[in-house]
Amino acid sequence: MSEASIPADGVMPTETPITTPTLKTPQLSGQRNRSFSERLIAVILFLCGAFSVLVTAGIIVSLASETIAFFGNPEVKIIKFLTGTTWAPISRPVRPENFGILPLINGTVMIAVLSSLVALPLGLGSAIFLSEFAHDNIRRVLKPMLEILAGVPTVVYGYFAITFITPLLRNMSDWLNATAGVDVRINIFNALSASIVVGVMIIPMVSSVSEDAMRSVPRSLREGAFGLGATRYEVATRVVVPAALSGIIAAFILAISRAIGETMAVTIAAGATPRTTLNPLNSVQTMTAFIVQVSVGDAPAGSINGQSIFAVGTTLFLMTLVMNIASNQVIRRFREVYE
Amino acid sequence: MSSQATLFDARVAARKRAVLIFAGICLFATLVGIALLGVLLADVFFDGKDWLSPTLITEFPSRFPEKAGLKSALAGSVVIVILTALFSFPVGVGAAIYLEEYAPDNLVTNFIQINISNLAGVPSIVYGMLGLVVFVRMFNLFAADGPIPTLLNVTFEGRVWELPLPIVGWIIRLPFERSLLAGGLTMSLLILPIMIITSREAIRAVPYTIREAAFGLGATRWQVVRHQILPVAMPGILTGTILALSRTIGETAPLIIMGAFTYIAFLPDSIFARFTALPIQIFNWVSLPQKEFQDLAAAGIIILLVLLLSMNGLAIYLRNRLEVKW
Repeated sequence: MSEASIPADGVMPTETPITTPTLKTPQLSGQRNRSFSERLIAVILFLCGAFSVLVTAGIIVSLASETIAFFGNPEVKIIKFLTGTTWAPISRPVRPENFGILPLINGTVMIAVLSSLVALPLGLGSAIFLSEFAHDNIRRVLKPMLEILAGVPTVVYGYFAITFITPLLRNMSDWLNATAGVDVRINIFNALSASIVVGVMIIPMVSSVSEDAMRSVPRSLREGAFGLGATRYEVATRVVVPAALSGIIAAFILAISRAIGETMAVTIAAGATPRTTLNPLNSVQTMTAFIVQVSVGDAPAGSINGQSIFAVGTTLFLMTLVMNIASNQVIRRFREVYE
Repeated sequence: MSSQATLFDARVAARKRAVLIFAGICLFATLVGIALLGVLLADVFFDGKDWLSPTLITEFPSRFPEKAGLKSALAGSVVIVILTALFSFPVGVGAAIYLEEYAPDNLVTNFIQINISNLAGVPSIVYGMLGLVVFVRMFNLFAADGPIPTLLNVTFEGRVWELPLPIVGWIIRLPFERSLLAGGLTMSLLILPIMIITSREAIRAVPYTIREAAFGLGATRWQVVRHQILPVAMPGILTGTILALSRTIGETAPLIIMGAFTYIAFLPDSIFARFTALPIQIFNWVSLPQKEFQDLAAAGIIILLVLLLSMNGLAIYLRNRLEVKW
C-alpha cells in the first residue's frame, strides 16, 4: 500500500517516473546449484506422488490385457460369461456354457450380505457406544482392542472358521436334529461360517469410520438437544446418527466392499463349489476363492484357466471400485458441513 | 392433576429406561467383537500349544507333521518385509511430502489424491494379479521369442534372461519369475497407499508455525522439509511404516496369486530365489486333512501373531518414545 501512495491532489506524477533501483540478487556461492537441486528434488517428489497413478495404470493394463486374451478364445463368449449360471472351468470339452460367472457372484454376494448382517449392527452399536456413552478411559481401552480385529491376518480367521465356528454350527444343528427333529444339514464348508468370521473381521472398519463421523458432529448440536430435555438415547438416535449419516453409510459401503474382496477366510471356510444357491449352509465358491484355487493349482500362463482368473479378477475389481467410488461420493455429496 | 403428574413421571421413567437399555445394547455390540477376539486367541492357543517346539523354527516343511517346520517360511517372510520396506518407504514418504508440502491445489493433485484413496480400497488379491503380470511374467516381454530378445537380437537358454551387472557376481534375471524380489515389489505396491496416507497424517501434524519460522529465516522448501518437518514427523512416519509392514507379514492372497510356493526346502540365496512365506505355509497346513497339520497350523499362527504383536508393540513404543508434544 505505502509504495503506491497517491499524492494528495489526486494527480499521478507522470513527468518524473520513479526509477526504482533494480535489486541485483547477490550471487551467493552455490546459488545456482541450490536452485537446481531444489527443482530436482521437487521433480523427484512429484514422481513419487505420480507413481501411484502408475500403479493404477498397471492394475488396469494387467487385468485388461489378460481379460481380453481370455475373451479372445473361441471357447469363451462374453455374453455367456456375464449371464451363464454354470461355472465349470475344468470340465471338458471346453465350451462357453462352462464359463458363466453368476455362481461365483452368487457366492461372493451371499457372503457379503451375511457378513454385513453381522458387522453392520455390531459395528454401528460399538460406534455409538464409543462415541456417545463410553467414558474416555473406557474408550481408550476398548477402541484399540476392537481394532485388533482388523489386524488379525485373514488366514487366521479362516483357521478359526474351519476349526471352531463350523464345528460349533454343526453341533448346534445336530442338537436341533435330535431335540426338535428339524432336518438341518450343514456342510463342512459353508457360507455361514465364512460370513461370520468375515463379519467379525470388518466390524472395526464399520465402527472406526462411523465413530469418526459421529465424533465430528459438533457438540453444540448435542447440547441443544440436551437443553430441550432429550435423553442420551434420543440425542444419539435422533441427532447424532442422522447428522453423521453420510459417514455411517460410507463406512457400510467400505465394509461391504472389503467383504467382497476378502480372500483367505472364504477360501478356507466356504469351500470350492461354485453354485447358485441361497442356502448359506451349503458350500459355495466366491470369486476370490476361485482365483486362489487356480493359483494354487498352478495353471500355466496362457492357458484358458490361467486367463479366466483375470476375467474374474476384473469383475471383482470393478465391483469394489464402484463401491469405493460410491462411498467417496456419499461422503462428499451428503456431508453435513458444520462451521 | 395428579394423574397427569404420574403420567409425566411414568414417561420420564420409560425414557430413562430406554437410555439404559440402548446403552446396554451398544455396550453388548462392542463386547461381542472383543469377546470373539478372545475366543479366537484362546482357540488358536489351545490347538497349537503342544506343537510349539524348536523344530517349528529350525526345520523345513515336511510330509511328517512332527518333522515339519517354518524355517523357509520365516526366512521368506523376513526378506519380503525388508524388501517391501526398502521399496515402499522412499516412494511412500516422497509422495506424502509432495502432497503435503509441494503440490499445488490443482486438478493433477486432486486426481492423484483420489487415485490413492481408490488404490487403498483395491482388494489385495488384485495386487497379486498385478504382480503376476508385471513382475513375475513382465507381460512376457522377455520370453525366449518375445519382443525384447527379438528386438535386441539376443538368444538365451531357459526361460529367464540373465543380465550380468558390472558389480561382480550380481546378476539380474528378467523376468523376475516367482522370486522374493517379485513378492517384495508386489507387497510394496499393496502397502503404498497406506504408507502415503499415514505419512501424510504425520507430516500434517507438524504445526504450521514451524514452517513459517523456517521460511522466514530464508530456508528453501526442501531445507524446511529436510531439517524441520521430517525430524518432527519421523516418529509418526515410522509408526505408520511398521504398522503397514506388519500387514505385509499377514497378507497371504497376493503372494499365492503371484505364485509363491508352499514347499520350499532351502533358504534363499539371493533375491531371485523362489520362496514361501509364513501365512502361505499356514494356509497350506490348514488345507491338509490331517488333524496334526491343523494343530501345526495353529502353532504357526501363534508364531505369526507373536511377530505381529511385537511389531505393533515396537510401533507403539516408538510413538510414545519419540513423539513430540505441542
